[in-house]
Amino acid sequence: MAFEGLTDRLQDIFRKLRGKGKITEEDVKVAMREVRLALLEADVNFKVVKDFINRVKDRAVGQEVLQSLTPGQQIIKIVYDEMTELMGGKESKLNLGSKTPSVIMAVGLQGAGKTTTVAKLAKTLVKQGRRPLLVACDVYRPAAIKQLQVLGEQIGVPVFSMGQNNPVDIARASLHHAKSNNRDIVILDTAGRLHINEELMEELKNIKEAVNPDEILLVVDAMTGQDAVNVAEAFNNDLGLTGVILTKLDGDTRGGAALSVKAVTGCPIKYVGMGEKLDALEVFHPDRMASRILGMGDILTLVEKA
Amino acid sequence: SKTRANIGDKIVNLVKTNKKLDDDFYEELEEILIQADVGVETSLELVENIRKSARKNKITDSEKVMDLIKEETARILGVYDTSLRVETDEKPAVILVVGVNGAGKTTSIAKLAYRFKQENKKVLLAAGDTFRAAAIDQLQIWADRVGVELIKHQEGADPGAVVFDAINAAKARKADILIIDTAGRLQNKTNLMKEISKVRNIIEREIPSAPHEVLLVIDATTGQNAVSQAKIFKEATGVTGIILTKLDGTAKGGIVLSIAKELNIPVKLVGIGEGMEDLRTFDPVLFAEALLEAGEENE
Ligand SMILES: Nc1nc2c(ncn2[C@@H]2O[C@H](COP(=O)(O)OP(=O)(O)OP(=O)(O)O)[C@@H](O)[C@H]2O)c(=O)[nH]1
Ligand SMILES: Nc1nc2c(ncn2[C@@H]2O[C@H](COP(=O)(O)OP(=O)(O)OP(=O)(O)O)[C@@H](O)[C@H]2O)c(=O)[nH]1
Ligand SMILES: [Mg+2]
Ligand SMILES: [Mg+2]
Repeated sequence: MAFEGLTDRLQDIFRKLRGKGKITEEDVKVAMREVRLALLEADVNFKVVKDFINRVKDRAVGQEVLQSLTPGQQIIKIVYDEMTELMGGKESKLNLGSKTPSVIMAVGLQGAGKTTTVAKLAKTLVKQGRRPLLVACDVYRPAAIKQLQVLGEQIGVPVFSMGQNNPVDIARASLHHAKSNNRDIVILDTAGRLHINEELMEELKNIKEAVNPDEILLVVDAMTGQDAVNVAEAFNNDLGLTGVILTKLDGDTRGGAALSVKAVTGCPIKYVGMGEKLDALEVFHPDRMASRILGMGDILTLVEKA
Repeated sequence: SKTRANIGDKIVNLVKTNKKLDDDFYEELEEILIQADVGVETSLELVENIRKSARKNKITDSEKVMDLIKEETARILGVYDTSLRVETDEKPAVILVVGVNGAGKTTSIAKLAYRFKQENKKVLLAAGDTFRAAAIDQLQIWADRVGVELIKHQEGADPGAVVFDAINAAKARKADILIIDTAGRLQNKTNLMKEISKVRNIIEREIPSAPHEVLLVIDATTGQNAVSQAKIFKEATGVTGIILTKLDGTAKGGIVLSIAKELNIPVKLVGIGEGMEDLRTFDPVLFAEALLEAGEENE
């Protein structure tokens, strides 16, 4: 596959560009063709790639080549910096507000990893000395409630459920339950749904209205392809997302969806799922994600050495 | 479903905005394919073939070229058989279902069981996912809904042992078809891929002609990683076909074109919803039409 290709291809280009004083439009064009291909192969959305390339082109053309860098490496540095910046620059924390209980709501497509992720989040928060309550708002998927209960049990966090009741009522009731049971964060697991399912998107809006969440987190499978932008845009338009969690990053996907989702929603990616186990949740690092998407670990060390 | 309603209109749309078969037309076509997750390489190749074919057949009208596009796409996908090998001499026919986490394996198994039951076949399910929280309960609920029997062990049990028991139960009960659920696993997890190979070996040891089908479930929203999924699952389990799920969303599942081209694995079924009736036999022409539907969102 073409995956491992970018490093080699760019190094080829470096060689040809070596020893010039200024980066010309032609240099940039040649390098950008490869970058574009790499991004598309990493599943960054087509339109996001287009915008991104244009931005980088503008920044790169006419730049003086730093003495220590070849033009090719400098272009890569610009691409890398720009991409890191686009994904938020640095780490982003949860904003849990000041009211008690705080409310976190996880939303997303079917099978993205919501239920697993809310349990992981609960575990993380417990470690930080908080007292979360998990809430089973998925009343549709067979055994969804049971799944959350099993996970809650594993991490010693209580799970609030009301059977197949209306999810809006469940969410509302969970706040009272949290207050009277001294839980300071409520984390809602919602059913997976398609962003084009109007009825179910309406349900999420109603839950939001009922419990006024501090965080509405879109859970996105890192293997998602071009459609990530449509999904993220729709969830964001309907709900006003506050953040994103990227799951299944322990796989061998490039994870270009990260760039797509950030680009269309403007929401920071806060965490990444790195496995099925409940301690496999990590803070998102934009710089690491940038080099992963570009597949350029060794190029980075090259740039750093220069 | 909703998204399939006006395919015809949408194809015409691309043609309308680009009447002439010029570079712009082909460029737009390429963009549409890439945005349907077909992948750059396959998209370029496909467009090149169409361009050649249009030239050879002296087609200058973009409306006629749409037929070519559909033909070419369907050709890549359609040379294979979508039928399932379940009419075996020796009972039961065994279907092993594999795939990455959350792709839709368990739900697809419920759909398959429902379909076979409609055909008056005796179906047995095996709860081979002993790992994920409440995976067994999930399959049990489906088994009850469909009205088929489930062979299960406790959570945490050895999946191989479940499969062994299920095969013997299926033989004893003279079931026509045994469908085996497995835990989701990412293809780069070597130990988990070894585990699934082992499951396959156990099936083979018990019934030498089995598994008769090994179905890889792929989520249509998946991007280029699906090729790696297909490749590695094929090596580990001898995949015979793909179930492409969640086609009721806006994702096009174009990656199966690359999979068909590179690995010769046919798509056999598609999932178009969360209900047990939401399973269809794969239709390459319909699929090709839906791929091009993306044209409208482009405007
Ligand atoms: N490898 C890996 N698997 C994950 C990760 N997060 C979730 N999973 C797995 O993905 C599958 C789906 O996870 P769920 O938490 O059930 O997903 P969901 O979004 O709640 O699914 P629905 O409720 O059906 O929409 C399960 O097999 C999880 O174990 C991750 O970060 N890495
Ligand atoms: N919209 C839609 N949802 C689907 C389809 N197939 C499955 N799903 C949903 O996707 C989610 C995951 O499905 P499962 O069948 O649990 O997936 P799985 O591959 O068994 O997951 P793991 O066992 O955790 O790896 C559930 O919410 C299903 O209802 C489909 O064709 N369309
Ligand atoms: Mg769930
Ligand atoms: Mg399953």
